Amino acid sequence: MIRFIFNRFLQGLLVLFALYTITFFLAKAMPGEPFTSEKNVSEFTKQNLRKLYGLDKSLPEQYFRYPYRVLTQGDFGVSSSKGKPVRDIIANSFPVSLVLGLGALGFAVGIGIPLGILAAIRKNTWVDWGLMGFAMIGICVPAFTIGPLLQILVAANVPWLKVAGWGSPQDFLLPAFTLGLVSAAYLARLTRGGILEILSQDFIRTAHAKGLSPTTVILKHSLRGGLLPSVAYLGPAFAALISGSFIVESIFLVPGMGQHFVNAAVSRDEFLLLGVSMFFGFLIIVMNLFSDILTGVLDPRVRMGKEGA
Amino acid sequence: MATAEQTSEPQKAENMHSAPSSLSKDAWLRMKKNKVAMVSLGVFIVMIVLCFAMAWKCKDPNIINLTNKFAAPSAEHWFGTDALGRDLFSRILYGGQISMLVGLVATFVSVCIGVTYGSISGFAGGRTDAFMMRVVDILLSIPFLVLVIVLQAVLKDWSSDTSAWFVETLKWKKDFSDRLTNIIPLFFALGIFGWLTLARIVRAQVLSIKEREFIEAAHALGYSNSRILFRHIIPNTLGPTVVYATLTVPSFIMYEATLSYLGLGVKPPNSSWGILIKEGANYMETHPELLLLPGFFFSLTLFALNFLGDGLRDALDVKASKD
Amino acid sequence: MKTFRNLFVITQSLLLASILLLQTGCEGETTVDKATREGIFLMGNSAEPKDLDPHIVSGVLENNIISSLFEGLVLEHPSKDGVALPGVAEEWYPEDKENPTTWIFKLRKEAKWSDGHPLTAEDFLFSFRRILTPELASDYAFMLFYIRDAEAYHKSQRAYLLCREEEDFPVEWESLKDVDFGPNDEAEEDLFNRKGLDLLTAKELEELIKEPKLFEWPESVTEEVRNLILEKSLEFAKSGKKIWDLIDFGATAPDPHTLKVELNAPLPFLPEVTKHYTWFPVPKHAVLKHGRMSERFTDWTKAENLVCNGPFVLKSWVFNDHIEVERNPKYWDAENVQLNGVRFLPIANLFTECRMFFNNQLHVTYTLAPELIEYAKLHYAKNLRNELYLGTYFIRTNTTRKPFDDPRVRLAFSMALDQKAIIDNVLQGGQKPATGLVPAFSGYPDANMVKFDPEGAKKLLAEAGYPGGKGLPDIEYLTVDKETSKAVGEAMQAIWKEHLGANIEIVQMEWTSYITNMFDLNYDLAAGGWIGDYMDPLTFLDMWMKGAGNNRTGWSSEEFENILKEASAATNAKDRYTLLSKAEKLFLSERPILPLYYYSRNYLLHKDVKNWHPLLLDHHPWKYVKLQRD
Repeated sequence: MIRFIFNRFLQGLLVLFALYTITFFLAKAMPGEPFTSEKNVSEFTKQNLRKLYGLDKSLPEQYFRYPYRVLTQGDFGVSSSKGKPVRDIIANSFPVSLVLGLGALGFAVGIGIPLGILAAIRKNTWVDWGLMGFAMIGICVPAFTIGPLLQILVAANVPWLKVAGWGSPQDFLLPAFTLGLVSAAYLARLTRGGILEILSQDFIRTAHAKGLSPTTVILKHSLRGGLLPSVAYLGPAFAALISGSFIVESIFLVPGMGQHFVNAAVSRDEFLLLGVSMFFGFLIIVMNLFSDILTGVLDPRVRMGKEGA
Repeated sequence: MATAEQTSEPQKAENMHSAPSSLSKDAWLRMKKNKVAMVSLGVFIVMIVLCFAMAWKCKDPNIINLTNKFAAPSAEHWFGTDALGRDLFSRILYGGQISMLVGLVATFVSVCIGVTYGSISGFAGGRTDAFMMRVVDILLSIPFLVLVIVLQAVLKDWSSDTSAWFVETLKWKKDFSDRLTNIIPLFFALGIFGWLTLARIVRAQVLSIKEREFIEAAHALGYSNSRILFRHIIPNTLGPTVVYATLTVPSFIMYEATLSYLGLGVKPPNSSWGILIKEGANYMETHPELLLLPGFFFSLTLFALNFLGDGLRDALDVKASKD
Repeated sequence: MKTFRNLFVITQSLLLASILLLQTGCEGETTVDKATREGIFLMGNSAEPKDLDPHIVSGVLENNIISSLFEGLVLEHPSKDGVALPGVAEEWYPEDKENPTTWIFKLRKEAKWSDGHPLTAEDFLFSFRRILTPELASDYAFMLFYIRDAEAYHKSQRAYLLCREEEDFPVEWESLKDVDFGPNDEAEEDLFNRKGLDLLTAKELEELIKEPKLFEWPESVTEEVRNLILEKSLEFAKSGKKIWDLIDFGATAPDPHTLKVELNAPLPFLPEVTKHYTWFPVPKHAVLKHGRMSERFTDWTKAENLVCNGPFVLKSWVFNDHIEVERNPKYWDAENVQLNGVRFLPIANLFTECRMFFNNQLHVTYTLAPELIEYAKLHYAKNLRNELYLGTYFIRTNTTRKPFDDPRVRLAFSMALDQKAIIDNVLQGGQKPATGLVPAFSGYPDANMVKFDPEGAKKLLAEAGYPGGKGLPDIEYLTVDKETSKAVGEAMQAIWKEHLGANIEIVQMEWTSYITNMFDLNYDLAAGGWIGDYMDPLTFLDMWMKGAGNNRTGWSSEEFENILKEASAATNAKDRYTLLSKAEKLFLSERPILPLYYYSRNYLLHKDVKNWHPLLLDHHPWKYVKLQRD
């Protein structure tokens, strides 16, 4: 197992490096510059600004300078749009996104998986259809509709819930719910599908033959295997949840990390863009690793460590 | 012609037919028994007919009438009008064309890629699997918006040039040609990212399935790897695949709205369900019908697709029919 | 199985319990109630400011915060446009009333910084120099170019400064205006034109003298002149002297409490210009404590370090969450400041901002989404503010390519634009149709040239060779990814189709791509607008000079520029306005832009807010604003 994790760690470094290269060149390919402004920014000023941010150097120089600085000094550069070190920006915004994401995950798992299990138990009955219909609502009603609806209907009428903001402990409830609802729907459907997949296997027939009740069969025997698709889905989904969501953060005024992905791209803020992208890549690597380990735990037949996968 | 698993499973009396019938006929019969799936199929067909066939009979969805905004439903405008006085009903129908096209085609493409990629990765295992999954990791982390902005800049001229070529050489109508070339970049953008999570899901399934006894048996019987993969393993991953596919359609439809706003999709004044919903959401307090009506069509189609997908999966799953 | 069910019940009841528990923590007082009681003003401020350093930023939202912390020479009047109240300066007057080229500002002796340090004319000199320092790369430095030699210093115009001293300089400096003294982005890679003659180092100059081909001169410049310029530049570069030593900077301090500003030309409205934050003083002692004068984003603007001279001081700055300022006891007029503090909230989402206002979380919003104007009129009519704003929204045309290279086509498109229909039906914000380029204000006559005339438009278009719109090339209208921009575009699309038979295609893109495409003249029509920086028509007119940074249409006219030059030399305010109006009319007769409407600000204001009056520039002087519950 240790060897497996160590291997993945090394692979992760390669992934980050490839990601850096792709993101670096993509960012350079975008039209416009960090200092594109509607005002009359003279060429003269632009040249000075480029010098300030190290953007006047040649492309290869810039390309190598960044990882060099990151690895030797932990310096992720200064954001050209916010004037602050990228490291500080991420350090300030990630904890917020983490809280929001964990809350969303809580809602997603707490609502989605039980719903999926129940639907599988009562397959093809009104319970099943009703629950799946409910899950589909989570998918069909996008965040930019749910969010404002919650603001108008819930927050406006409940005194201790604010419409937007992130100061009091209960502020995370509405945004976390909005964010987690889609994942809840996915989890409900994937769990139900995964369990049903398992149910058709031989060892289930054996369990039935033994006289175990259908519910026991499902929960005790098919749950582990049935969760495989959900776990595979949760890898990237969790990474996405805890790195924030631009829409939810915008609607509920949450100072998280999600908005930086969008704003950095729009402002052509290369250092911030690289910083959050690398960070997100790191999260993806870690979450996918957890997801794979969990897969091996749920289904011991899956030989995780041995393959070096 | 029996496959390994069919011969190993005993059949219950009720499902034995007097004469051997084809798999698809069996599947159809099973589907018919599933009420919800049949209703969904009906709804889905109605939706397609509405959007593709009936739409042409409706008014022009792009005619603006600034003096008749937000009109209530009337004989002339069945669903009333929108913020610029355009007929809401026909906008929804025309919008459905784009949304369904994009949703279904893009999903189909991404399912094909995702299933193939994920099953090869899971089946191969070892270093190949590791490499393939790391590529997925990389693609998952690439900032999507940056890619969209670059694509928009790169494909902006390509769209109009290709459209002009279509008009000249293939003699297509300009309007149709424009609309088509405008949404091709969409497929590009969605195609690059849409299949990643599905690949992971399929891979997880395959990793589990390939350890099962019947696969061992297949190996023992001397079947080639590709035969095992495509005929024995992949069919058993259909469950979660179908589920995920029905989940992908709506997300692609909503993505299309975002991409269109950034210049990579539907050009104004043409619309789509995603765009109608996005714009309608801003009128939540004042004219909720602008959100609810397109939202209803969108949701209804997806509900139908969802139950249809479940029904299809049940019908095609030979093993599940036993119990 | 039982355990599962139990677990389920337990988690659900825990959730319920916590919800109920939290319920008990409410007081019944809304956020706004509490804030009014405490005298803290809650303002929606659209986004996080780039910084609080007046010399680095260039936005409107930054102005709201900066004007609470710093005070300039003169102050905005709370209710009257174009009137200046004493700020740091008690008195101000031109030395010669007939020819306002030199201004004197008498600073009050009791003026202090928030740390007790006295505020003197030295601070102003330091500040002016700082914003003009090239290394600081301020993109708003041009606001100070009225000061003598300010532009020359900022742009390091070494050659000009050296040669103007030369009595026997062979030619008029004007004749050299095409020389690449400054950086030329479009020059060939290996030529020194890329860098600019004035910015070459001694070594590069030596290289150039040896190898003259490394710099491309315009044909008209004689060899004699070239060598003279190179020699002098090299001599100076070797001497190690600074540009600052070469100039005769127009701002001086005859004594610690007098500021003398000598301008390039007479400017009757200089006090209006000094209301802008680019003219604000920054504390020399505090700035230099945290870095060099030309360093950007140093720690001097951090909450614990910021020293300022306005009615408030910086209390806290929580990134992306809020900025709070509190009373400055050392402010010279502290006893007249009504508020105890202001809290700025960076709310980017328009709808969230409105809903926060509806939910009693804000005293004022930054804006009001057009989609919600109807709702606000119904339920919040008393809070709705609809005020004229000094700005014009117009459509730029690309005059460098067909079909808008032909002024008749431009005029046709402008005349076919039903401004009123768009304003009343799409924008609904009470904007006024733009009858010219410059919005009317006292003394300046409205141009009254832009009118909706579809018949005339049709005729003109036919005259230009496109009867009924036939033969028009594909026209692209560039705009941003906002819903309102799209709606306006769609309305115009329909209007032009109806009246001219023209088909335009709407191309949306995100903001930076939009600006870049516009700058690169990669469009046919582009959405745009301009907001005045100060109360004078010139701010709308001088942007159309050839090569001016904000032009972006490819249009220019020598006659237009001559009139502007005449106007700048005018000594009489009335004559000046007449000349500016003449220039505007000339501009409008060629119509390189299609004016759509004069801006109107729509926002929501809480009834507790007093002394908040409609102002054309929307800069409300903080010291007069009051919160009072009736």
